[in-house]
This record gives sequence, structure tokens and C-alpha cells, in this order.
Amino acid sequence: MRNRPLATPDEALATLRVERRPNLVRLVATGEWNVSQAPRLDSQLQKLDFGDAREAEIDATGVSDVDSIGAWLLLRTKREFEAANVTVRRFAFPDRYEPLLKIMEEEHNAPPVAHPLHRHGFVALLEDMGRGTMQALHQGYEMLGFLGRITIETVEAVLAPRRELPIPAFVKQIQETGLTALPIVGLLAFLVGIVLAYQGADQLKRFGAEIFTVDLLGVGFLRELGGLITAIIVAGRSGSAFTATIGTMRVNEEVDAMETMGLNIPEVLVIPRVLGLVIALPLLTFYADLVGMIGGGVMCYFDLNITAPEFLRELQQAITVKTLLVGLIKAPVFAFIIALVGCFEGLKVERNAESVGRLTTRSVVQSIFLIIAFDAGFSVFFSILGI
Amino acid sequence: MSESAPPDDVVIRIRGLVNAFNGNVIHDHVDLDVMKGEVLGVVGGSGQGKSVLLRSIIGLNHPQAGSIRVFGIETCDMNPEDLKGLQLRWGVLFQGGALFSSMTVAQNIQVPLRRYTHMSQELMDEVAAMKLSLVGLPPDAAAKYPSELSGGMVKRAGLARALALDPELLFLDEPTSGLDPISANQFDQLVRGLQQSLGLTVFMVTHDLDSLKATTDRIAVLVNHKIKVGTIQTLVHDSDPWIHEYFSGARGRAALAGT
Repeated sequence: MRNRPLATPDEALATLRVERRPNLVRLVATGEWNVSQAPRLDSQLQKLDFGDAREAEIDATGVSDVDSIGAWLLLRTKREFEAANVTVRRFAFPDRYEPLLKIMEEEHNAPPVAHPLHRHGFVALLEDMGRGTMQALHQGYEMLGFLGRITIETVEAVLAPRRELPIPAFVKQIQETGLTALPIVGLLAFLVGIVLAYQGADQLKRFGAEIFTVDLLGVGFLRELGGLITAIIVAGRSGSAFTATIGTMRVNEEVDAMETMGLNIPEVLVIPRVLGLVIALPLLTFYADLVGMIGGGVMCYFDLNITAPEFLRELQQAITVKTLLVGLIKAPVFAFIIALVGCFEGLKVERNAESVGRLTTRSVVQSIFLIIAFDAGFSVFFSILGI
Repeated sequence: MSESAPPDDVVIRIRGLVNAFNGNVIHDHVDLDVMKGEVLGVVGGSGQGKSVLLRSIIGLNHPQAGSIRVFGIETCDMNPEDLKGLQLRWGVLFQGGALFSSMTVAQNIQVPLRRYTHMSQELMDEVAAMKLSLVGLPPDAAAKYPSELSGGMVKRAGLARALALDPELLFLDEPTSGLDPISANQFDQLVRGLQQSLGLTVFMVTHDLDSLKATTDRIAVLVNHKIKVGTIQTLVHDSDPWIHEYFSGARGRAALAGT
């Protein structure tokens, strides 16, 4: 059974014999001239010395098997002879390989293929930096344009719907980004509540101020952590899904198909996601706040013996509705960032698989960066307002 | 159903193949033999299971029942390690080309060479250039990425990759669809030429009647969950209404004129 590529290179399987006479080089090929023997035959032919020959013969009538790579090796040698002004008197193969030889002689005159250049060194580094900077600036500029377009379209869609809003798509988004995220958001909020209470209690115990653990928990979680954790989880979960889904639709030319049917891409793909997430994320944040408080409360009970009524009484004194609202008001903004970045990157996907992966990564990193940056901005803003 | 090994000149032997999806029977105890060195055309209406048949043979789809032997080796329920020996002996051109989008065309062709041989990069570059010219692509296509190619060029590049290891058996899924008639014609000649010179066996799913006429030795028609095999001359006179319409309709007559 012939099993070419797995056969090991072996002298016995294919041979090249070089016979020299005055002014004549004669190459005699025998055996299996195929892909498995090609590496060895190639180096043998590369080392071939034409000497002072004026004429050459290539006799492959004794081969038992030739594939296109084996034939190419001999054809290449023939052309090298000709390029060196050596007349090739004979170039013979078994009759059954004539069609292959004919195709190859007619068709193949191409030089070896070129590969894209890889540059190294300092200049390349500078060039990459420059290109990266320009790309980042361009990206920012484009994103700003996208923000403008989506803002206008969203406001229009809500205030003056040209058609009915795509309610089913919108509800589906709330379900996918909100409802299905409940278990993971709940679990993480519960754990963070426990960690926060535990660390707080550890420090405050030293001053005999254990009861203020509840204050720390209430303010820290409701104002900052609850919203931040939820937004980061959702960015990883839903932001990446937006990019990958829309990106794959671009790869499949679905987005192009929509465009040619006169469908408004932002309206069909972006707005349901933006609106869905803007509604789902504040709800998720509120839920995370509740579960986080429960987690902290459980820790307070076991670590500090603060019972539930005590916990609630202290919590009531420590926080006001405003504390909760300050945390919740940021959620729609985070949602808008996640959905916007996710859809924007998705629509930028090119028609290859790698691009989907690259832009999905970029989408998650960018939205988490923007969420934290905006959170910092909010903190400064609120402290100026004195809230 | 005989359990003995098929004779050497049968490359693919299918016996009692059953494929069904959600109770929808696609193939109902189908038998088919593909002979060494022949070009077999496979035709059939949409949903008759041409692609499923192809995927079953190359091990991408596990049939409900039946036996498929390629080079005498059973491919149904075979473990991936054993399948590898076979995979080196066949080349597959998928309908959409299925080029790896993160690599250039030349790198695509060199994937199997790099994996299974120890050629120098120079020789692999020469081989890639040779395969490209064999399938009629210009040399500058080598450094391009699949997203930069037209549909027809993607198909040719896919064929070049399928031919990289000079397989004995070539599977082509609608190779000439999306090609202009001149390219399709060249493609037919190429398949014929390779088949004659390398003793290649070709399993070709196609709807191109010109291509069927120009390249195939026999034609397998999938109709009513069964396969009918014949040559164009015998199938024209077949009693089945679909087959009759296929070969004797306006397109069929135009393509087969002079046969």
C-alpha cells in the first residue's frame, strides 16, 4: 500500500545517479520520486555540479512512481541546465506521466512564492508604535462618530418610532443579558460581600468598632463595588457576545445582506442591544447590591455575632436612599458603554476568523477600561457636587 | 453484505449506508463503489444528501448504519488516530474553499507539507508556486490572504491545498460553481489531466452539466434516498422522472448535445 507522506526518506526508495562523460552529464532517476523522498532528492540536486558539460540528459524512465513534486524537481533541474546554456538532449519519463509533465511544463513558469516581509529592529518598533498611535486616534474618532449616530438613533427610536420598536428582539436581549446573568452575578456579589465584611471586621475589631463593618459594607458596596462588579461581569459576558455575534454575522455577509435590503443596521443590531442592556444592567446591579448585603450580613453574624435585626438597624443609619441611587445611576451609563463598544467592534470585524477573536478581546478590554475610567470620573464629579 | 476486503480496484465501497436526521431519512441503504482511477460525478436535487454522502465518506458525519470502506479501511466509527493514515491519502476541496483565514495562500498550501514532510522552506515555496500555477492562479496570489481573493480564486487556492500532498483520492464539492465558464473549462481539463497522470480517483459533487460531460467516467444520481449509477448515455434513458428531467431538460440537452 502506498502511503507517501508517512514513508521515511530512504536511499533504497528513490535514487539519483549522476553519470559523467566528456561534455555530457547524465542524470538517471529511479524509484519513487514523490513527496516523502523529495527533501533528500532536493538537497542532492541542489549540490549537483554541472562541471564543464555542454549537454545533459535527464532519464527518468526507470521511476516507479512520480508525483508533481518529484516531477518538479527534475523539471527545475532541466531549467537550471538551460539557464546555464547546457543543452538538454533528453528529458524522458514513463509514458503514463506524459499528461502530468505536459501540464507542468506548460503551466509552471512561476518563481517561488513570496511571503509578506517581516521586519525587525528599532525602525520596525518605531513604525509599529507610530502605526498603533494613529490607529488608536482613528479608532477614537470613529467611536465618537458611532456614539453620535447611535445616540441620535436611540433617541429617535424611543421618542418618535418610525416603525414599531423591535420589541421581541429587545425583550430577548434583556433576557440574555439580564436574566441569564443572575446566577453568576449573584454568586460573585455574595462572595465579594463576604470578603468585604471579613476584611473590614478584621481591621475595625482592633479599635473595638466592629459595628462599623456594616457601614463600610453598605457604603462601599452600594456606592461602588456592586455597580462595578456587575458591569465588569456583564462586559465580559455580554459585551463579548455582542462583538462575536455581530462579527460572525459580518463574516457570513449577513450584515451586507441586511444593508442591501434597506434595513437600518443600527436599528436592527445595535439599538435592541443598547436598550436591552440599559434596562437590564441597573436591575442586575440592584440585585447584586441585595445579594452583596446578604453575603456581608451572613459574615457579620458568624464573625461578629451581629444579628439580622442589629445589622438592619445599623445599615439603616449608615446609608440613605441616596447612597443606593448614586450606585444605581451609574449602571445605565456603564450599560451604554458596554453595548456601544461591543457593537462597534463587532461591526468592524473583517471577513476572517482571526479578526472576530481579536476584536472580541479588544471589545472586552476597552469596555472594562472605560467602565473604570468613568467610575473614577463619577467619583470626582460626585465629590465636587458634595453628594 | 460481504465482509471480505474489497478488490484493489475499488477505492470506496459503500454498503447499506443509512443516514437520517430527526427521523428524516436521507440515505436508505445506499450502495456505491468508486473504482480506482475514475472520476465519479455525484448529482441530486437539493436535500437529497450529496454533501451528507461526502461528509460520511471523509468521516465528518457518522451514519446510522452501514459500512464505508476507503482503500479497504472501514471509516465509520473509526478513531481519529487511524483516520489520519487515510487523511494523508485524500484531499478535500470544500464548497466554500475553507481556506485558513489567518494565513496567506502559500502558507495554506504548506500546512500539510509542513505537518507531514521535512522539506526545506525553499522547496516548500517552490512547491506552493507550482501548485498555484497548476490550478491557474497568478504567482502574486501566493502572498495574499483569503479575504483578498475573489470567490473563484478562493476555490482554486482550496484545490491547490487539497493537492498539496499529491493525494490518490480527491473529493471535490461543487468545484466549478462560482467559476466563469472559461475557468470552469480549465478546471475540468485540470482534473482530467491530473487524474490521468497520477491515477487519481476523483469523487466530485457537481451540478455543472458541462463539467459532468467533460470529466466524469460515471455518474451517481441520488434520488429517492437511493443511488443510481450510470454513464450519461444510459442515464438519459432512465425511467425515473427526476433523472430524465435532469439530463433531458433544456440545460441538459444543450450541454449534452453531440454526445
